[in-house]
Amino acid sequence: MPKDQGLISWKELAPGMYILEPGNSKKFKTGDWRAFRPVLDKDKCIKCGMCYILCPDICYQQDQDGFFICNLFYCKGCGICAANCPKKAITMVLEEE
Amino acid sequence: MTKKFAKEVSIAVAEAVAQCKVDVISAYPITPQTHIVEHLAELVNNGELDAEYIPVESEHAAMSACIGAAATGARTFTSTSAQGLLLMYETLFIASGMRLPIVMALVNRSVSAPISIWNDHSDVMSMRDAGWIHFFAENGQQAVDLIYHAYKVAEKTLLPVAVNIDGFILSHVVEPVTFLDQNLLDKYLPPLKIKYKLDPKNPITIGAIGVPEIYTEAKKAQDEALKASYKIILQAWKDFEKLTGRKYLPVETYQMEDAEVAIVIMGSLAENAMNAVDILRAKGKKVGVVRIRLWRPFPTKDFLKAIGKVKTLCVVDRAVSHGATGGPVGIEVRSALYQSNKRPRVLNLIAGLSGRDVTKEDFVEIFEKTFETLTKKPTTPYEIYGVKE
Amino acid sequence: MVEIRLHGRGGQGAVTSAELIAVAAISQGDYAQAFPSFGPERRGAPVQAFARIDKNPIRSREKIYEPDVILVLDPTLPKIVNITQGLKPSGIAILNSNLPEPELRKLLHNFQGKIAVVDATKIAIEELGLPITNTTMLGAFLKATGLVSLEAIEQAITARFGRLAEKNIKALKRAIDETKIY
Repeated sequence: MPKDQGLISWKELAPGMYILEPGNSKKFKTGDWRAFRPVLDKDKCIKCGMCYILCPDICYQQDQDGFFICNLFYCKGCGICAANCPKKAITMVLEEE
Repeated sequence: MTKKFAKEVSIAVAEAVAQCKVDVISAYPITPQTHIVEHLAELVNNGELDAEYIPVESEHAAMSACIGAAATGARTFTSTSAQGLLLMYETLFIASGMRLPIVMALVNRSVSAPISIWNDHSDVMSMRDAGWIHFFAENGQQAVDLIYHAYKVAEKTLLPVAVNIDGFILSHVVEPVTFLDQNLLDKYLPPLKIKYKLDPKNPITIGAIGVPEIYTEAKKAQDEALKASYKIILQAWKDFEKLTGRKYLPVETYQMEDAEVAIVIMGSLAENAMNAVDILRAKGKKVGVVRIRLWRPFPTKDFLKAIGKVKTLCVVDRAVSHGATGGPVGIEVRSALYQSNKRPRVLNLIAGLSGRDVTKEDFVEIFEKTFETLTKKPTTPYEIYGVKE
Repeated sequence: MVEIRLHGRGGQGAVTSAELIAVAAISQGDYAQAFPSFGPERRGAPVQAFARIDKNPIRSREKIYEPDVILVLDPTLPKIVNITQGLKPSGIAILNSNLPEPELRKLLHNFQGKIAVVDATKIAIEELGLPITNTTMLGAFLKATGLVSLEAIEQAITARFGRLAEKNIKALKRAIDETKIY
């Protein structure tokens, strides 16, 4: 059985276990939870932004050309974007491929 | 000389809270606490107290409102009794776990069923392990002073403090009290400045999840904070003594120097026990009283020192801990004694449930019972005193 | 220490009387306590209230079982409540009644101590227009015990009743004049 399971010494915790650094959840990588990766076919995409609106993790950001690009550091591969794309421009591809 | 005012203790407590310049009061009325919050509502309504009074739909909401307000750095107050405390229960642990310096006047009352509005300590004992600091008052002056101390201590320790005031037998008595001069109090209790608070200019997260990798460390930190509060409490009492000459100790004694047997008790019934000591001392009996003023953190060392060379202790509990090895104070005392080489015999009685008078004559009888245990071991771990068979 | 037990009916002001006694005593430099018989409040039901006065600080959290003084606000109470219970033989019974002494002693189970009596209901109706006898009976209390000064009780009544104080003080003063001591 592992002896040392604590993440941080109790002496280093802020009172009440407050988290003092705002927005530190941005550092939390959720991309490695993913089994399927969304892949965009720019030829089919009409830049409607449906993926941007529906992504539960707010992974999509618009690039200079107006395409919505998924940030794979956060994307958990839920596939909501692909399922709702009106032009079927997003395909979910197995991570191994 | 400081002026004495004839005040109902509840009203005096409310005025002490107002003197502490609270920012937010949130409470739900329940007997016997009602007069405290009624009077505070009146002070706010009349413009005599510049505070936000948040009327709520329940005690759960009252404590939640205090938690929210305290998290933004406000000085907060609430008050409750019995069923109200139980409805507040879930949030009591959140207040202490989040290290919020909330002050509560807990006007002690029996918990139902059977339904009862009268005094005992069954309500406070239910929150024994909730991580709050607990003071017990014996009279109106102490109730007022302990409110001042509660804010001082809460804000230095970042822990919530409950001031326990016996319902009716203390809360509803008109008696003389003095108030600390406002200028002195303002020095004793400077405006609240909290380092970490909810502030849009400097965002932080409070109430984050404690995953198994961190919950243990968070609880250890909280536990150490409660233990460390002991020194801060002593300092707050020393500072207060310098201002007023009124001395407060974690464990206070009465005629204990040469006592052979002693009663251990918390709250206002200690006064009747002390009167019984006077009666028995006049007859040459060596008896004393040990009064626990600070219940949490439990002052083990002070307690062991206070009991002196006593041969038998009679712990008079004001609540039943169903199925346990004694009343809540009895269990605590036995556990404290186990840390000592000298272990007097312990007789544990549960008395004064639901406002049943425990008179000085009763305490004389309790002392006599205690003397019997010098030669005869008690046959049960605890018993309920004065129950009609 | 002097221990006083007040008997009244819910709404007659027994609790207020006890408080006024304590407030007056404290204002004149004594120590005092006042408290009700705790419980649900029921208008018209027999109630008790208690007061203690002493030159020294008072240390007690129990009801009064052996009073030095009983103060009875309602003339019908002695028939339904044992008002003399525990009353010290050397004590004082202060009653609201228009009965002569022998009948009062009979009502008090042959109590042999001092009796002070005044027809407080009559005075209250004439002065206040209501049969609320608490302040009137305080006049009898003052005369019978001398425990608090007229000045101190007047101050306490003024602080408590504001614009209604004047009428109450008038009733109290009449009671001082009309109280008979046996």
